[in-house]
Amino acid sequence: MANTPDYSWPPMESRKVMGKPFKRLDGPFKSTGRAKYTSDLNMKGMLFAVYLTSPHAHARVTSIDTSAAEKTPGVKAVHVVSPAGTEIQWFGREVAAVAATSEEIARDAARKIKIEYEVMPHLVKEADLSKAGSKGKAAGEKIVGDPDKAIQEAEVVSEGTYGIPMADHVCLEPHGCVIQWQGDQVRAWPSTQFVTGWAGSIAPNLKVPAANVKVDMQYIGGGFGSKFSPGAWAEVGANLSQKAGGAPVKIFLDRATEMAIAGHRPSDYGKIKVAGKKDGTITAFQADSWGSGGFPGGPQPPLPYCYANIPNQRINFVSIVTNQAGSQAWRAPNNQQASYLTCSAFEDFAAKAGLDPLDVFLKNADYAPARPGPDHYRWQLQKAAELAEWKKLWKPRDQKTGTVRRGLGLGINLWQGGGHTCQARTTINTDGSVLLEMGTQDLGTGTRTMMTQVAAETLGLQINQVKLAIGDNSLPPGGASGGSTTVGGASSATRKSAVNALAKLFEACAPALGAQPEELEAVDGHIRVKGNPNKSMTWVAACKKIPPGEGKISEMGANDQRNPGGLNSAGAGGAQIADVTVDMETGLVKINRFVAVQDCGLIINPRLAESQIYGAIIMGISTALYEERIFDEQTGRMLNTDMEFYKLAGIKDIGDIQVHLDIRPENDKRGVIGLGEPPAVGICAAVGNAVANATGVRVPNMPMTPMNVLNALEGRNA
Amino acid sequence: MSSKKNSGLAQPAKTRFSRRGFLGGMGVGTGALGTGLLEHEAEAAPAPANVSGPGAVPITLNINGKPMKLTVEPRVTLLDAMRNHLDLTGAKRVCDRGTCGACTVILNGKSVYSCTVLAIDAQGKDIQTIEGLGANNPVSAAFVNHDAQQCGYCTPGFVMAAKGFLDQHPNPTLEDVKHGLGGNLCRCGTYMGVRQAVLEASKNMKGAKNG
Repeated sequence: MANTPDYSWPPMESRKVMGKPFKRLDGPFKSTGRAKYTSDLNMKGMLFAVYLTSPHAHARVTSIDTSAAEKTPGVKAVHVVSPAGTEIQWFGREVAAVAATSEEIARDAARKIKIEYEVMPHLVKEADLSKAGSKGKAAGEKIVGDPDKAIQEAEVVSEGTYGIPMADHVCLEPHGCVIQWQGDQVRAWPSTQFVTGWAGSIAPNLKVPAANVKVDMQYIGGGFGSKFSPGAWAEVGANLSQKAGGAPVKIFLDRATEMAIAGHRPSDYGKIKVAGKKDGTITAFQADSWGSGGFPGGPQPPLPYCYANIPNQRINFVSIVTNQAGSQAWRAPNNQQASYLTCSAFEDFAAKAGLDPLDVFLKNADYAPARPGPDHYRWQLQKAAELAEWKKLWKPRDQKTGTVRRGLGLGINLWQGGGHTCQARTTINTDGSVLLEMGTQDLGTGTRTMMTQVAAETLGLQINQVKLAIGDNSLPPGGASGGSTTVGGASSATRKSAVNALAKLFEACAPALGAQPEELEAVDGHIRVKGNPNKSMTWVAACKKIPPGEGKISEMGANDQRNPGGLNSAGAGGAQIADVTVDMETGLVKINRFVAVQDCGLIINPRLAESQIYGAIIMGISTALYEERIFDEQTGRMLNTDMEFYKLAGIKDIGDIQVHLDIRPENDKRGVIGLGEPPAVGICAAVGNAVANATGVRVPNMPMTPMNVLNALEGRNA
Repeated sequence: MSSKKNSGLAQPAKTRFSRRGFLGGMGVGTGALGTGLLEHEAEAAPAPANVSGPGAVPITLNINGKPMKLTVEPRVTLLDAMRNHLDLTGAKRVCDRGTCGACTVILNGKSVYSCTVLAIDAQGKDIQTIEGLGANNPVSAAFVNHDAQQCGYCTPGFVMAAKGFLDQHPNPTLEDVKHGLGGNLCRCGTYMGVRQAVLEASKNMKGAKNG
C-alpha cells in the first residue's frame, strides 16, 4: 500500500453502529452473577492469605515472633513484611501475612504473631496548618502579573477559607489478586487497571523475567485510579505462594485494611482571595493552600482551576507529610480539590459584589484555556442554567428565609485526557468470523462494548459479528486505564487495525469484483464497489477469497499518543449545577436536582457515556455530602475503616440527576474524548456553592455534613 | 414503607435497628429502617440445636432448591460458605458487616445480608441466590436494559435486593424503590439506572412470578 490508509472516523450521519446506544455486552454476565472477578476465583489447592497490620501510625517494630502462627495446623506460609527495626509510618501498614488452607485459619494464625513496637510521635491531621511544623514543605511561590497592585486597586475583594478532606476510593472489590509462583513462572489474576503493565511492574521484585508472568483479568470491581500498580500485596502473595510450594494464593485486603491503606484522594485546604471589578470581572487570584496525601505529602492542585489565565496571581502551597498511607490517583487527580477551592471563591466573590455567580462565571470565561475554549464554557454554563431553571430559581443569599432553604450552586470542570498508547489486532477468518484482540481492560466504563462497536462499524458488520478478547497480557499491549485515556486510545487502535485488516480483505476480493482494492467499501455486511452497489459480494463470500496460503488476515493498529490523527483528542469541559435544600436547624443538606452539561467529543455509545457521567456525579455527590477519612489525633488510627461510618451515598441520597451530553458536529470533529474524569470534577464545588447560596454562609470544609453546616451557621451567629 | 433488610439472625425484637438504619434515622444518608426478624418469627424460630464446633461441622444448605453438603466451622458466614466452599460467587463480600448489600440473598422469602448470617443458622431454610435466578430473569434483564451496572460488583446484590423487594412490593412507585433499595450501595454510581430497572422489572415480573 503506497498511501497511508484513511483512518478517519466515518461522518457522523453515516455511522450505523458507532453512536448508537447498545447495551453493554457484558451486562448479562454481571447482572446474573456469572461474571467472574478475580476475587471470585476458586482454584484447587488455593490458599487464603491475610495480613496483620500495624495499630500504630508511627512506630518501630522492635521484635516479631511468627513461630506460633507457623505451627498452626493449616498454615502453609508466613511472610514478614516489616521485620524488626522497620519504622512504621502509618496506621494499617502491613507487618506480616499468613497463607493457610482457609481464611479462618489464616486469621487465627495472624493473631498469634507477637509484635512489639516502640511507639513514636505522629501527625495524622493536616486541616490545621499551624500544627504541621516541620512536616510542611512549601512549594515555592508562583507570581503572575502584579497581584498586590491588582488587589489594592480592586473594587471588590473577597476572602475565604475552603477545605476538602482526604476521601477513600472505596472500591467495592478490594485490592488484591490470586497469584501463583512456581519456579520461574508466575501466573496472576489481579484486580488491576493495567493488565499489560502488571507483569513488568512486579517481575523485577520477584527476579523473574516479565515474559514469564502471565496475567489475566476479565472483570474488576472498581479502581477509580487506585489500582494501577500491582500493589505490595501481589509481591507478598507471590512470596507466600512460593513458600507454600507453588500453591495459588488469594490475597485480597479485608475492608478495614482496604479503607486504611489502599487508596485515597489527597486533601487541600486554602485561604483564597479573589479581587475584581463591580461588574464581576476578576482581576486577581491569591491562594495559600496546603494539603496532604499521607506519608508522601500532598500534590499541588492546579490553582486557579480552569480559569487559569487570570492576569494577576499569587499561588503558594504547602505539602504536609502525615502519618497516613499514601494517596492514589483518584478520578481527575487534584482537579476536584482545585475546582472546589476556585469555584467556591468565585461564588463568594459574586456574593460580595452583589452579582449572580452565573454572570461572574460567564463574564470571566475568557480566562479558560484554549482547549476546549471560552466559548465552550459559555455555551455549557448557559445550557446548564437553562436546564436547572437558574434564572427562575436562583435568589441572592440575603433573600432566603425560613427553616428549610433552597440554594443553587455552580461548578466547572476541565480535563486534558487524550488517548493513551494502545494496540489492537483485528483478525478476519476465511469463514467470515472476526476477532478483535487487545490487552486493555474494561473497568465498567464499557470498553468491551465500545471497541466492538468501532470494529463492527469499520468492517460494515453488526455488533454481534465481532468477537473481542481483552484482559490478558499476551494480547497486544493496552495502556493503563486512567485519566480518561482508554476510550480514545483503544478506539483509535481498534479503528486502525480494522481499517488495515479491511484493506487486506479488499486486496483479496478485488479481482472477483473486477475493481481495484481502493475502490471498495464495506457496508451492511457486504463488500462493494463505491458508487456501484450492484458490484457487491457478501462479507462471508469476500472472506472466502482470503488466499488459503495466508489462512487468515490479521492486522495491527496502534494509537499514536503524540499524533492521534484526529481520531481522539483531549480537553473536555463541563458545567454543573446543584440544587439543594438545607435545614437550618439540623444542618441536613438534601440534593434536589443536579444538572451536568458535559462536553464530550465524538460519542461511541451515548448510553454508556451517560452512565459514566451519572456515575461521576453520584460519586461526587457522595464525597460532597458524606465522605471523609476520620483520624483520631491521640492514637493516630483511622476511625471509620468500614462502610457504615465511612458513608457512601445511597440510591435515595442523590436527588434527580439530569445529564446533557453536548453532542454537536463541532464537538464530534474533535474525535473521541474520555469521560471518566471530566464530569467527576465540579460536584463538590456546585454542592458547596448551593449550600452557601441557601444558607447565606460559607461552609468552608467538605463534606456538607450536618456537623460542618451547623458549625458554620453557629460561627455566623456566635 | 416497611423495612427491606433482615439480619437473618434471631435477634431480640428490641434491636430492630441496623447501624445503617440508625444513622438513617438520624437523618444522614440512606438507611434501611428497621431490621431483625419480626417478633412472631423470633418466637417461632427453632430452639438451638446441639452445640456445634469449634471445629468444622458437616452441614446441608438448601440453595436454589438443591441440598448442598459442606463442612464449615460454625463461625463461617453464609456468604463465605457460598463463596469459598460452594463456588457460588455471585454474592460479593464488600463491607462484610451488613452495610452495603453486595452479598444479598433471599432467605425464606426475605432479603438478607448473607455476611451477617452464619452458615449453620441457614440450615433448613430456603436460600435463593443470584445463581438461582437464571440467565433470563426479568430483574437482571431490566438492569441490562437500563445500564444499571458499571463495574458490576454491587450488581448481583442489587438484583437480589430488587427481587426480594418486588416479591413483597409488586407495584412500587419511584419513591418506594428509592426507599426499598436503600440497603445497597454502589460506588460507580449506577443508582439512576437501578431506579428505572426496578420499575421496569416490576412490570415484567407480573405473570412471571418465579422470575
